[in-house]
Amino acid sequence: MSTLIFRTMAPLLCCLMALFSLFILLRGHNDPGGGFIGGLIAAAAIAIYAMAFSVHHAREVLRLHPLAYAGVGVLAGGVAGLASLISGAPFLTGIWLPGYHFGTPGLFDIGVYLAVFGTLAEVTLALEDRGNEP
Amino acid sequence: MELDFDTFTILLMLAPFAAAALAPLVSRQTGPAAGWILAIVPAGLFAALFGMIDEVAAGAPQRFAINWVPALGLNLSISIDGLALTFALMITGIGAIIVLYSATYLGDHPRRGTFLATMFVFMGAMLGVVLSDSLVALFCFWELTSVTSFLLIGFDRERMEARRAALQALIVTGAGGLALLAGGILLYLAGGNWDLHTLPAIASPLHFDPAYPWILVLILVAAFTKSAQLPFHFWLPNAMQAPTPVSAYLHSATMVQAGIYLLARMSPVLGGTAMWTLLLTLFGGATLLWGALMALSQTDLKQMLAQTTIASLGLMVLLLGLGGESAAMAVAAYFVAHALYKAALFLVAGLIEHGTGTRDLTRLGGFRDEMTITFIITALAALSMFGLPPFLGWFAKEEIFAATSAGPWAQTAQLLVLVIGNGLLAVIALAFLIRPFFGAQPPTPQTPRDGPFAMWLGPAVLGLLGFSVVFSVASVGQLLLAPMASSILGEPVESHLALSVDIAGLPFWLSIGTWALAAVIYLRLDAIRALLLAAQRRLNWSLDKGFDGAYFGLVRLAGAVTRALHHGQLELYIGLFFVALALTLILPFALTNDWPAVPGWPQLTFYEWGAVAIAVVGVLTVLGAPARLFAVLALGVQGLAVALLYLLFGAPDLGFTQLMVETVSVVIIALVLTRLDVGVADVRPAGERLRDGFLALCCGMGVTLLLLKVLETKFDSTLSSFFAQNSVPVAHGRNIVNVILVDFRGLDTLGEISVVMTAGIAILALLRKQRSRAPLPSAPPKRPRKKAEAT
Repeated sequence: MSTLIFRTMAPLLCCLMALFSLFILLRGHNDPGGGFIGGLIAAAAIAIYAMAFSVHHAREVLRLHPLAYAGVGVLAGGVAGLASLISGAPFLTGIWLPGYHFGTPGLFDIGVYLAVFGTLAEVTLALEDRGNEP
Repeated sequence: MELDFDTFTILLMLAPFAAAALAPLVSRQTGPAAGWILAIVPAGLFAALFGMIDEVAAGAPQRFAINWVPALGLNLSISIDGLALTFALMITGIGAIIVLYSATYLGDHPRRGTFLATMFVFMGAMLGVVLSDSLVALFCFWELTSVTSFLLIGFDRERMEARRAALQALIVTGAGGLALLAGGILLYLAGGNWDLHTLPAIASPLHFDPAYPWILVLILVAAFTKSAQLPFHFWLPNAMQAPTPVSAYLHSATMVQAGIYLLARMSPVLGGTAMWTLLLTLFGGATLLWGALMALSQTDLKQMLAQTTIASLGLMVLLLGLGGESAAMAVAAYFVAHALYKAALFLVAGLIEHGTGTRDLTRLGGFRDEMTITFIITALAALSMFGLPPFLGWFAKEEIFAATSAGPWAQTAQLLVLVIGNGLLAVIALAFLIRPFFGAQPPTPQTPRDGPFAMWLGPAVLGLLGFSVVFSVASVGQLLLAPMASSILGEPVESHLALSVDIAGLPFWLSIGTWALAAVIYLRLDAIRALLLAAQRRLNWSLDKGFDGAYFGLVRLAGAVTRALHHGQLELYIGLFFVALALTLILPFALTNDWPAVPGWPQLTFYEWGAVAIAVVGVLTVLGAPARLFAVLALGVQGLAVALLYLLFGAPDLGFTQLMVETVSVVIIALVLTRLDVGVADVRPAGERLRDGFLALCCGMGVTLLLLKVLETKFDSTLSSFFAQNSVPVAHGRNIVNVILVDFRGLDTLGEISVVMTAGIAILALLRKQRSRAPLPSAPPKRPRKKAEAT
């Protein structure tokens, strides 16, 4: 797997994909995209990184345990839902900032992104980790 | 009463549980005095309940309710009428004696505190059974008595027999509890109310309700299991594995009487029909004769008493089946008399065992000088059981005979059953009185002696109570028995108990006949016992053995079913899953012969045909590829082609998602394959490819058929137009798919991401578990791997 070409290209590819995944996440509200797809792309990016170098390196790049991202994502989804309770509206009612560019649905989408990314990243990394690396 | 009734009753019902919480502490701190201190609780309860006798006898049942689950119309209601009060007096009165007795009986047993606590929990549960006016509360307390009975029978947990007996009692009475729940729910559906005191009002429509036979049978199963009626009687003799005070309290005086209580409570509701009379008299009569006969075959004092308890319970069921004023009175009198003398005799059995080291009738004799006090108590109790005037047992017997001769069903057969049953019970009373105390004295493990004061006080009180009735027959009848009989009958009953003997009446001569029969049989007791034992040996089967057979059979069956379904072969699991899926999809079409119409040939451009061709090539490769990894990659190709089709047909979101899902799933499946240790040249045999391909084609065809069928139905565009119209103005987003995901159906998505995360944690846990086993296990099926090595 770890040919020279792949290893040279992998960080670049990975950065591009990560950036692209954020772009997809943020444009999702009005154009094709969204948190789910974004999360999948980001997970694919980290899978490429792990293949090129090692699972250990990939985990170092992530800094946090992948499932921690997933946990934060679910938490963000819950918080986005709870925010509406302050204004007395039912759970998960969208609350928007003036101008309608960002609101709790956006936060919720970020939660979806993190949950999907964290879970799939952990699954791929754990599957790839054969226990013979440091 | 200074306290108002509600508070008073709540305190009454909580007191035993509070005592249970304190019992271990008191037992540890005060040692030998613990019995005296703890007995204050039930004694106080007895006194409190005793103070209510006048009010209840005046015909004013005490009742109150607190909201329990208002949404279900469920109240925690308490009702104290004659039936409940008499039972409650027995539970607390005998309870006080038992607590005192058992604290000494157990001596320095390390788990004495636990024992006493369990006893108190049982006492509270039993009080709850008789005082509850709500069927639901009755059921809960009923089950709690089963559980405490289980704990107490199995108290001697080191012994296998005790554990087995405890489990058996729990299974039998627990099954009965479930029957009670089902019957209670049916009763609620018929009456629209959980409150027991309202049920007699619906009795007459209920008797013609189609559910009536079900209700009756379920309630009878509950009562018969609890009260050890044929054919559920076998658990009670085994329950004698419990310490003697438990046998005296739970398995003669109170818990087994819960079934009688239930029948008595239901008598004004379900009783009076031909079915009720037939079932109760039939099973009650059979149990009476069976128990009495079995009692003759025993030599162990406790076993003798257990069998006579079965017989006595059968007698009461029979009487409840007869119905009528005399029968109700007879049940009341017999219940009180039986509870007093039977508890006393059980405690005496404990005293004899405590004093001599054995309770085998053949190894006892001539102890009346060494164990004078025990002898006097035995005489008091046994003569009441024998039915000699002026003991309470006599009055009970007179009422029983009066019930049959005056009842509408006064038939010779019943009378005969009652005379023979009572005669056999009288034989046991004679044997219990004469064998241990007269005749030659055989050697015993211990020098015979009377027990300590705390142990003989209780049975002495019980014995004397059975006798002291002579001083106040009329008031006992009016204040205690008549109110109970009124509750059983559902209308006021006048007591006619008096200290006189009607020499001209039939009951008197039946009593004489009973005694004569008893005397004759007693003289031939040993010969009859030998005969019965020989018959039992010849039979070599009993319901007890049948229970074991069923029990272990069930365990074996469960094991076999588990091994058949949970075999650990992943390939078979998945195969089974897809076979089920294919059948579910295709069978409905095949059975209804309602296939979807074949769609027309689509008009596609050449590049659209190109995408379709890629997908078809991908699918064919998946089906035919010999190597698994290759098949997985081909699956990805097919998926990408489908994503392309989505894009071409105007679903960019779907296409985008499909693309990413395909990519990531191919990566993950490939990674799983590398973990499966399948070797480089992993080749699937042709048979396997054929089988899997066929299955896959079936599933695919099923899904296609389903989709075609769905498309044939008229499309309801309400939702899609709603989303299209409201996406921008309400949710401020133009991408309808995403708006649905994060806003309109946000709750669904929240659930989904939680599931995704949980699945991730589960996968991680599985992988870690696998990793901890060294070396890496080879999960794939053995067969293909050998082939791979061979090629």
